Amino acid sequence: MSGAGVVVAFWVFAALSIGAALYIVAARNLVHAVLALILSFVGVAGLFITLSADFVAVAQVLVYAGAIGVLTIFAIMLTPRAGRENANSPLFWPATVLAVLLFGVIAIAALATAWPVQGRAGFDTTAAAIGAAILGRYALPFEVVSVVLLAALIGAIVLVRTDPPTPGASGQGELSDA
Amino acid sequence: MTIGIEHFLLVSAALFCIGLWVALSKRNAITVLMGIELMLNAVNVALIAFSRFGVSATPITGHVFVLFVITVAAAEASVALAMAVSIYRQRATIDVEELATLRN
Repeated sequence: MSGAGVVVAFWVFAALSIGAALYIVAARNLVHAVLALILSFVGVAGLFITLSADFVAVAQVLVYAGAIGVLTIFAIMLTPRAGRENANSPLFWPATVLAVLLFGVIAIAALATAWPVQGRAGFDTTAAAIGAAILGRYALPFEVVSVVLLAALIGAIVLVRTDPPTPGASGQGELSDA
Repeated sequence: MTIGIEHFLLVSAALFCIGLWVALSKRNAITVLMGIELMLNAVNVALIAFSRFGVSATPITGHVFVLFVITVAAAEASVALAMAVSIYRQRATIDVEELATLRN
């Protein structure tokens, strides 16, 4: 990929995603950290587009920037007394050293390895091929992951469900309305 | 200049390490989850980069894999955030330093 537009887009989106991710550590307010996280997700979606992965980029914006971002903001709003100052744990400096060392190791490995690269053009469009693959070769994982989603949905509802207070009922341990 | 697979792998490594940093260095359980989401995102970048540049007869497999990762990440985020809200109702805190009942 050597077009001027692609090169500029890569650097812009890489700087956006990494800079926003770094701001999560630096932010003093937890809500600002979530907004930076959403910005980082959008940057990653831009990186997907520079890799000609259009469907995955749209799914990234819909699921990550949309759904998971809103879900995280909801969770922060539902825990109002939990501290919004984005405090560091005692592991801050060991975690910093570990992250820098791990990045160094991965960077050396990524640069020293002669990756087998295929010089083909990017995909024209991916949605049709992804659909054929999901409903063909990967039909079983597709069905399994749908069951996983259903289980997660029910699990999340059960976890945050509060039993409604029943007037006149003083018994303990019995289901109120089931 | 030419953007190759190494550029995307370096961005992916940076995002992964920042996610690890966030997950290990913050007290709030929701921020720890944000770090985990960042790490999953970094892996997705690497997968799509290999799908774009790597040698494969069926390069679309990387995209399918990323879609599954996104789906499982959504399930993980919903359950984990529900657990955070539930723990907050019980203990009035989601500070991972204070949620150490098993330690004592």
